[in-house]
Amino acid sequence: MALTRELKDKLKACLFDLGRLTLMAGEAIGALFRGRAGWGEFINQLYVIGVKSQSVVLITGAFTGMVLCAQTFFQFHKVKLDSATLAVVSVSMCGELGPVLTALMVAGRVGASMAAELGTMKVTEQIDAMRTLRTHPIDYLVAPRVAATLVALPLLTAESIGVGIASGFAVGVGLLNLDAAYSWLFVIQYTDPLDVYIGLTKAAVFGGIIAFIGCYRGLECGQGAEGVGRATTDTVVIASITVLITNFFLTLIASRFLFG
Amino acid sequence: MIEVSNIYKAFAEQSILEGVSLTIESGQSAVIIGRSGEGKSVLLKHLVGLLTPDSGHVRIDGQDLTGLGERALIEVRRKFGMVFQQAALFDSLSVEENVNFVLRREGRHTSAQMARLVTEALEMVELRGVEKKRPAELSGGMRKRVGLARAIIYRPEIVLYDEPTTGLDPVVSDSIDKLILRINERLGVTTVVVTHDMRSARRIGQKVFFLNGGRIYADGSADDIFESNDPLVHRFVRGISDEKDLAL
Repeated sequence: MALTRELKDKLKACLFDLGRLTLMAGEAIGALFRGRAGWGEFINQLYVIGVKSQSVVLITGAFTGMVLCAQTFFQFHKVKLDSATLAVVSVSMCGELGPVLTALMVAGRVGASMAAELGTMKVTEQIDAMRTLRTHPIDYLVAPRVAATLVALPLLTAESIGVGIASGFAVGVGLLNLDAAYSWLFVIQYTDPLDVYIGLTKAAVFGGIIAFIGCYRGLECGQGAEGVGRATTDTVVIASITVLITNFFLTLIASRFLFG
Repeated sequence: MIEVSNIYKAFAEQSILEGVSLTIESGQSAVIIGRSGEGKSVLLKHLVGLLTPDSGHVRIDGQDLTGLGERALIEVRRKFGMVFQQAALFDSLSVEENVNFVLRREGRHTSAQMARLVTEALEMVELRGVEKKRPAELSGGMRKRVGLARAIIYRPEIVLYDEPTTGLDPVVSDSIDKLILRINERLGVTTVVVTHDMRSARRIGQKVFFLNGGRIYADGSADDIFESNDPLVHRFVRGISDEKDLAL
């Protein structure tokens, strides 16, 4: 009985959060289209999200490409399909691993930082101060962060895909003695431009998810250091899970409607 | 004029305000006193629309704030400046950027005009040469002054102070009190101060409201309140605890 009530309460809280997050997202998108967003803050956030995430995205992309190449080679070698190794790396990096792993890394770095920054501003009354200074926090804080993440994540993903394929190529040709010309030919032959478009579209969707969840958890965080800590952890967990679930459905939709 | 009529506010199960009513005339300097946790800051936040009452009304110059959305409230807040308990300066911005925050957002002033207005506002709160500093580099008293400069740079009609002297030494507290009085006189603003610093309350308050049990328990001139024979008011303004307080 108590368990049912607890589940009901959790479901109610979850729906309440979802409703509030949707309203916030609507306000932020409205602020972007009506030109209310702080563009100085947008440039600043673009730098924080795009430039400062370089190292983490490059390392993730490179080592994912390398390990994927090695694992695929070890399996394909058994059935004499060595030359298809890099094509698998390329298709996987473009459609799935590039956008998903980049989004997970950005959720950990940027989403958490958004929740912590906005949460700290809330508990130190900086958000209230902003409201008394006739500035809507959605316009000044949320909209620029959302816009910057929407722009930065596809670019970071493209970078991660490029580095992943290049690293896989280096490992395949340099260490596993794959034929460079054939490998490259198969990469081009089997990687559909649609794979790249889908990957970058997914990245933009994931960018929105991370920014909205990070900002929402920050603005709604509880009191004190504990509240900020919980908002930060929640952001990473919720954003990561949402990215993984959304990715599954986006892949299904893409395969159903775009690849027939 | 600020009119608060019969406002109620509760957070979750906890009732904070239970029918607060008060009126503050334009240009008046009012002080709200009361024990910690009585809802003084909550009441102050209702005046500027940062909180919405569960029932009751807050009217500013006849305009009812209850029921207004955040966008509509932004326009009403042109009349207000607010100084927060911990100053609430934006820690990612310099002092200058904090003080001219509203002017930059409005975009109606040139850089030279903004620089002049910032200097004027900082001089009014007796601060010089701190424009490029970050809030973290300032003392508590200096932060409060910057918060005050930020609140008055656009010449509001009403200035609200939430515990302006809390956490400051007596000398700095005294200087903040003088600043509040000076700004009240020079700019002709309506001043509302929430405090439990009785020296400040007596000095600043032309009218004093004593908040107790979620209501205005007593109000009057500073002399009326500080010379009151009511046991509750008398004990509070003299800082005398009783047995029940010890049990807490």
